[in-house]
Amino acid sequence: MGKTAPTIAKPVSNDVRLRRLYRTMLTIRRTEEALVGLLAEGLIPGFIHLSIGQEAIAAGVMDVLTPADTITSTHRGHGHAIAKGIRLDKFFAELLAKDAGACRGRGGSMHVADIAQGMLGANGIVAAGIPIALGSALAHQTLERDAVAVAFFGDGAMAEGLLHECLNLAKLWNLPVLFVCEDNGWGEFLPTAQQIVFTLDRLAAAHGIPHVPIDGNDVASVAQAAGEIVANIRSGGGPAILDCHTMRVGGHYEGDPQRGRDPGDLAKAAARDPLTIAAKDLSNAAVAKIETEVTADIAAAIAFARLAGEPGWDDAVASVYAADAA
Amino acid sequence: MGELRYNHAVNRAMADAMAADPTVVLFGEDVAGAGGVYGATRGLRDRYGGKRVRDTPISEAAIVGMAVGAALSGLKPIVEISFIDFMTFAMDAVVNQAAKMRTMFGGQCSVPMVLRTQHGGGAGSGPQHSQCLEAWFAHVPGLKVVCPGDPASAYGLLRAAIDDPDPVIVVEHKALYATRVPEPNSLPILSIGKAAILRPGRDLTIVSYGAALRAAAEAAGRLAAEGIETEILDLRSLQPWDEGAVLASLARTHRLLIVHEAVEAFGIGAEIAARMADVGFDELDAPILRVGAPFMPSPVAKALERRYLPNPESVIAAVRRLLA
Ligand SMILES: Cc1ncc(C[n+]2csc(CCOP(=O)(O)OP(=O)(O)O)c2C)c(N)n1
Ligand SMILES: [Mg+2]
Repeated sequence: MGKTAPTIAKPVSNDVRLRRLYRTMLTIRRTEEALVGLLAEGLIPGFIHLSIGQEAIAAGVMDVLTPADTITSTHRGHGHAIAKGIRLDKFFAELLAKDAGACRGRGGSMHVADIAQGMLGANGIVAAGIPIALGSALAHQTLERDAVAVAFFGDGAMAEGLLHECLNLAKLWNLPVLFVCEDNGWGEFLPTAQQIVFTLDRLAAAHGIPHVPIDGNDVASVAQAAGEIVANIRSGGGPAILDCHTMRVGGHYEGDPQRGRDPGDLAKAAARDPLTIAAKDLSNAAVAKIETEVTADIAAAIAFARLAGEPGWDDAVASVYAADAA
Repeated sequence: MGELRYNHAVNRAMADAMAADPTVVLFGEDVAGAGGVYGATRGLRDRYGGKRVRDTPISEAAIVGMAVGAALSGLKPIVEISFIDFMTFAMDAVVNQAAKMRTMFGGQCSVPMVLRTQHGGGAGSGPQHSQCLEAWFAHVPGLKVVCPGDPASAYGLLRAAIDDPDPVIVVEHKALYATRVPEPNSLPILSIGKAAILRPGRDLTIVSYGAALRAAAEAAGRLAAEGIETEILDLRSLQPWDEGAVLASLARTHRLLIVHEAVEAFGIGAEIAARMADVGFDELDAPILRVGAPFMPSPVAKALERRYLPNPESVIAAVRRLLA
């Protein structure tokens, strides 16, 4: 959407932190690249939406969260789950719909969740995670927990009325919630510029909510900005919006032929690769070491998932209601 | 010891639940300051504070979605949607989120939320404020639906719903809020999924719920004067529903009539009839009949609405067909 120039925040110079951020991004990248192969092998049911090129947002925001903090995600949620701390073996097993998956193989790509880690679910319904994050924030506030909730959503979700309801409520009740817009310029197969006439900064202003635009491909900037905003939310400052400008490298879904997309656009995205940007401030040795470690972690997780058992019918049928329910 | 009004029973259920469990919270449009469109939440904010009892803006999609998130994060929210007709705006949160999460997330979580709403006609409120949409929710795996037809069940079912780990839709009836019974000696928490025999009888079974029970009871009284003994079963809970109790009654009477206020086509009655035609086939001495609203939106005009709603005459006419 908006062409707002990224402004805020000096890059984080802390090398340890940048290496951690890079590792998270690379884990997401290599995971999703592996998913492409697994999908082609026919091992992943349904379709998957990749966040390749957008990893800096998940990595940067989650870096400033604690395990008590909660997030809700979208159909493009692999990166959020990984950055929030889902175990890779459980993640891959879930994507392969195996019983050992985080959701026992009942969620798959679009509904992967790790409640214990505060990851309240990817979501197959555009904008549906936003009020869920609000409700989680309400619980944090009511139970006086030192925690915030984060709602991730795409720029396409800006056209859902639900976002407006949620901005209003978040401000009205001063909820500890951060709205993170992943603005990749697309909603499915149509540029969001052809779907939406307003900009998020103006929507934010209408609700009296601070709006922080940021280069969503610069992980250090994302982490820096998120850190400041989340600290303010934690101290009772109320809701805020982090508006992350990014680019969708792949198609809407894996396998999308991307008809009608300007090839120059893809080249631009490659030039703005968040991994490349972060690697500039890291030593070659550090990058190589992380690459080796991440590759090994992912290989182990995939090996686990391949061997894991299929979910059982009886278990699935019995899962609809609580066993101890009336 | 006076009387118990239906809306007071609803109120007492929430008050008792909030006293028993500090994680129970209540929010909805006009529930705090005004005490609810039907007075069911009056006084609760004074007793439990503005943090636990909140007025919301008119944002059904957001507040029901919030209930889902709150339920995932340690609260037991009760949300009031003042007319079931307004649930249309909140359907995603109910159908795609709350109902799915236990299964979809592999049992990692419960979604212990209660949606209190009310349905039904009789007040001339017309097509957008009179509907009985409970079958929509009963059709969705993961949801529970209860429909209290009297003050004691209004209390007992709501307490059960709040205690339940799964999302429960509690469908009250606008025409019942002012009804009263002598204060019962005890007000037990009821079991979701259990029906109750309101009137024993040997000649036929009427299965009903909610306000339609009144038409059934009136009809049964008149039929008794002719020597026709009607057994009336109050389903109380629509999802899950008490198949065993219906079958047991059918095995005694061998004739079954289902009466509800909702549109007859594709309704709760259709499901019960289909199940009984299967598991109760050997018990049936007559076809299973239904009385429900015709396939049209609720009329506004009094005379039309009277005819639209189940009434003793329409029930008696069906009983005569059943016994013919
Ligand atoms: C309520 C709803 N409407 C439509 C869809 C189909 N759909 C899935 S993703 C998508 C585009 C969403 O765009 P955006 O929010 O910008 O996320 P992005 O895919 O760009 O990450 C659409 C329309 C859906 N899943 N849910
Ligand atoms: Mg988009």
